[in-house]
Amino acid sequence: MKPRTLLLILTALFIISAGCFLFWGLPVQAMGFILPRRVIKVTALCVTAVSIAISTTLFQTVSANTILTPSILGLDSLYLLIQTLVMFLFGAQTLVIMSRISDFLLSVGLMVLFSLALFSLLLGKRPMAVTTVLFLGMIVGQLFGALSSFFQLLIDPNEFLTIQARMFASFNTINTSLLLVSTLIVAFACLLLIPLVDTLDVLAMGREMAINLGIDHRRLSRWLLIGVSILTAVATALVGPITFLGLLVVSLARQISPTFRHRIILPVSALLAMVTLLIGQFIFERILHFSTPISIIINFVGGIYFLSLLIKRRRI
Amino acid sequence: MIIIERASKRYGRRAVVDDVSTSIKAGKLTTLIGANGAGKSTLLSLVGRLIDGEGRYIIEGKSISDYRKGELAKSLSMLRQNNHITIRISVRELVSFGRFPYSKSKLTDRDHQIVEKALKAMDLTTLADSYLDQLSGGERQRAFIAMTVAQDTKYLLLDEPLNNLDMVHSVEIMRLLRSLVDEQGKSVVLVLHDINFASSYSDEIIALKGGKLLYHGPPQEVITTEALWEIYGMHIPVIEQEGKRYCLFY
Repeated sequence: MKPRTLLLILTALFIISAGCFLFWGLPVQAMGFILPRRVIKVTALCVTAVSIAISTTLFQTVSANTILTPSILGLDSLYLLIQTLVMFLFGAQTLVIMSRISDFLLSVGLMVLFSLALFSLLLGKRPMAVTTVLFLGMIVGQLFGALSSFFQLLIDPNEFLTIQARMFASFNTINTSLLLVSTLIVAFACLLLIPLVDTLDVLAMGREMAINLGIDHRRLSRWLLIGVSILTAVATALVGPITFLGLLVVSLARQISPTFRHRIILPVSALLAMVTLLIGQFIFERILHFSTPISIIINFVGGIYFLSLLIKRRRI
Repeated sequence: MIIIERASKRYGRRAVVDDVSTSIKAGKLTTLIGANGAGKSTLLSLVGRLIDGEGRYIIEGKSISDYRKGELAKSLSMLRQNNHITIRISVRELVSFGRFPYSKSKLTDRDHQIVEKALKAMDLTTLADSYLDQLSGGERQRAFIAMTVAQDTKYLLLDEPLNNLDMVHSVEIMRLLRSLVDEQGKSVVLVLHDINFASSYSDEIIALKGGKLLYHGPPQEVITTEALWEIYGMHIPVIEQEGKRYCLFY
């Protein structure tokens, strides 16, 4: 399939799914009440989808590895740990007083620091093997998860309820106060990426090739990884962790796309992610009337897919 | 000319390259030889700025660190021995990347001509649209060399370019590299394990042992039984035929 055809088909799918989501079963008399809510939800879904798709693609490009994703390395469990710790140390009162935005900025700052430390193991002066970093990331992710649960046991039950709302990926309790900031961040990131798309293609060939072809590998990688951390934080802050969505859509994008070029892969994976989330949430919420968060299904399917990738390739 | 001043690279306490100073002449084919672990590849990677180490590396009168990264890629290219690419990419796309320092991704007609010429020189025309992961080790190796050739730099550093190649293609590549030197005035620096290839095709040979420079001179000086004994610690008879020296180490 030609790249143009593929992009057209995906855009059409996106418009159809967004249209369904917005207008399906819309009661005319309550339109003024329901429609704005649905618009907010669709926007949040799209912003999340785009930031997950772009951060995963960029991360795979920087690490020259098509099986790793930021969330497999434990980035989103760190976000939960930070939230829990803030709650534990300062109590829900502070969290309410401290606006969601400053809380968000604090979390993003810490996540950027952590991921730069983790990534420097992967891309530093004496890079560790990808497997080692992957296992390290998984273990650290588990540790963060366990620490979060530990502190949640200690805190006040009322505070626990507040934190619980942020723990599970849910598109029903979207954090709308962050939506504007998140949309701006994601839009800004996309704009910054446009002049870089060709350079990213070279970066995907690995460190040595990139240096040979005249790219400042260390500098570019560092900036991209900061961007990846911020985008991951945005997605997690908006809806909670969806570990395997990135892996799922980016792998699929790489399979259906006729080329590895970022000018195609980036929009294809972003569109795929939006379509997946919109259709998934639509079917769940409107047709099946399930209350299960869609992230559980995504992680179930995505986890199986991750295992099958590992088995098929027999290496990481 | 490439001037190497006090090049050193240490991993922990072990010095893989230990205070090497030498120069590589422009317009010549220079080969680095030595036993495993002698520091050949490391020295080449230091010059090719793939790893950081101590020392100064001066190319055409200008230190590597003073070059802008994009500029250096137009005068110096470096190919490592193990190139693993995870993305799905065709041979022609790979070779086209050699033109990235000049035209980014917007290739001009001239770029396309250079790419096609490099494909032809590496006997890859029929494979140009195959994906890299469908090729054999030797074909893949030739595709990477073609990319380096398409980069059209004055200096080409190739780490074991004959890896995975049969005799026919090995000879073809050595002839091509020779013609790059003789006809286009390029400077080629190689790491080779087969000392007979080194002896037959090089203008200059640099021999390393334990990270230190042992010999640097034309093949007549370095390919002698005495010198080889020092380099490899092995008795190797050398015969001369039609002005070339051959080592009988089998």
